[in-house]
Amino acid sequence: MPAPDPIVVRGLARSFKTRDGVVEAVKGIDFTVRAGEIVGLLGPNGAGKTTTLRMLTTLLEPTAGSATVAGHDLASRPREVRRRIGYVAQVGAAPSAGTLLGEELVTQARLQGLSKAAAAARLAQLAPRLDLAGLERRALLELSGGQRRRFDVALGLMHEPAVVFLDEPTTGLDPQSRANLWEHIRRLREEMGVTILLTTHYLDEADALADRILVMDHGGLVADDTPAALKARIAGDVIHLGFASPEHAERAAALARETVSARELVAQGDELSVTVDDGAVAIAPLLGALDGAGLRPATVAVSRPTLDDVFLTLTGRSLREDEEAAA
Amino acid sequence: MIVETALIFQRQMRILLRNPVWVFFGLTQPIIYLVLFGPLLKGVRGGGLGGDDSWRIFVPGLLMQLTIFGAGFAGFGIIQELREGVVDRQRVTPARRTSLILGRTLSNMLVLAVQGTILVLVAIPFGLHPSWSGVATSIVLIAVLAIGVSAASYAMGLILKDEDAFAPFIQGVSLPLLLLSGVLLPMSLAPAWLETASKVNPLTHIVDGTRALFRGDFGDGDVWLGIGITVALSALLALWGARVFRRQSA
Repeated sequence: MPAPDPIVVRGLARSFKTRDGVVEAVKGIDFTVRAGEIVGLLGPNGAGKTTTLRMLTTLLEPTAGSATVAGHDLASRPREVRRRIGYVAQVGAAPSAGTLLGEELVTQARLQGLSKAAAAARLAQLAPRLDLAGLERRALLELSGGQRRRFDVALGLMHEPAVVFLDEPTTGLDPQSRANLWEHIRRLREEMGVTILLTTHYLDEADALADRILVMDHGGLVADDTPAALKARIAGDVIHLGFASPEHAERAAALARETVSARELVAQGDELSVTVDDGAVAIAPLLGALDGAGLRPATVAVSRPTLDDVFLTLTGRSLREDEEAAA
Repeated sequence: MIVETALIFQRQMRILLRNPVWVFFGLTQPIIYLVLFGPLLKGVRGGGLGGDDSWRIFVPGLLMQLTIFGAGFAGFGIIQELREGVVDRQRVTPARRTSLILGRTLSNMLVLAVQGTILVLVAIPFGLHPSWSGVATSIVLIAVLAIGVSAASYAMGLILKDEDAFAPFIQGVSLPLLLLSGVLLPMSLAPAWLETASKVNPLTHIVDGTRALFRGDFGDGDVWLGIGITVALSALLALWGARVFRRQSA
């Protein structure tokens, strides 16, 4: 019998009572994460991502539905779930004075049930992997943003969990630190085989890290697919070609219509835009045909749709509009 | 469970000992009362006051004040820990919820016992001549009370989640309770209605108990009532605190 999927969510819902009445933060969602997958939960602020994550990490009781995490039922065996999961919360407030990186990691590991010796050994093994070696005696207050975040990730990994939840792992980091943390997260899966569910409202983050993206909006899931499939389903790739003259562009358009199955062809001045399902597949025959007809383009570019385009198509709203509205 | 509790206790003590400023400031307030208010009581007659006897009335009151403010404001710390993510981080471990709160309250208890001892020692040059076994029993008593009070304070911190709501709440609850328990002047000086009101306040009986202990009257009924009320009140508050810690998940 194959091992059960590490995350199975069925009809999970959570509502909060507020002064304005009952708010349904998560409205009965279903999804499954397979072993070794990195799944991104993408959505604007207030979509219900963090609420979902807090339910799956036993921090918040669902008002309806059920979930199995790391092989155990969330509601009936929360302690068994806790033994097997790592949780990296959203970046928190400034840490207390008097907390040292190494001690905090060891305390966390020991609360997870590791012996003193095992916790120390695990620290020695994990610190270099997250570029934290040599910082064991450093006060948490003195860490840089990137170091603090890697420390947060280390907290969630000390007990070698099978499933790791990351809540907005790179929010507030500079581009270099973000790219660096992405690299660490990818390596986690390669080296330790962990299953990862992360939330993000960064489109590029979901695109860069996730094998599969769950798009969340107003407490519900509006899509569940690979980044590539989501993009293909929505908009397709656009091949931009620049020619010597408008007349060449017109002739190229006619030729392109015969050569590739274009969804859309727009010739404007001396430029031609061809929208296709998969730019990588279409480009070679298209260029070959153009070359054969003596219509070698001066410039060629392929642009893939962004996840913002995806979100716009799925929900009718742009992520950026939401962010501006929230700000 | 013992290991988990010890881990939390050690962590709290570690942070505290690296920043002993707070322990120090917690002590300054009762010592200021001792120095700037205590001498006034020497000249007051009635209610057992007058001369050096005043100190045996006054110092137990200050011990109670130290306990209520020291342990009562413990919840401030957990609001900061909530913001930092420490509380969530500990709650996603299989550690028992009770250990997470017990480790914290035990650190408050230890700090308070040390502060209380220092306070009594500082009062000696002023003229305090207590029963030493009575003092030791009183320190144990306020330490037990500190467990319940700090547990309840942590629970309130988790419920209110905001210093701006927490501080006035604790101030609003602790000040009338303290004044009604006769920490500054014995309630036997009070008009009838105030004395009646103070009888309903459990802290009154604890203060009366420790005053009897400082006199060395172990046979006094106030002692046993004080001990009984301390244990019952502390147990009740601690149970409530642990319950909130278990339940409070948002």
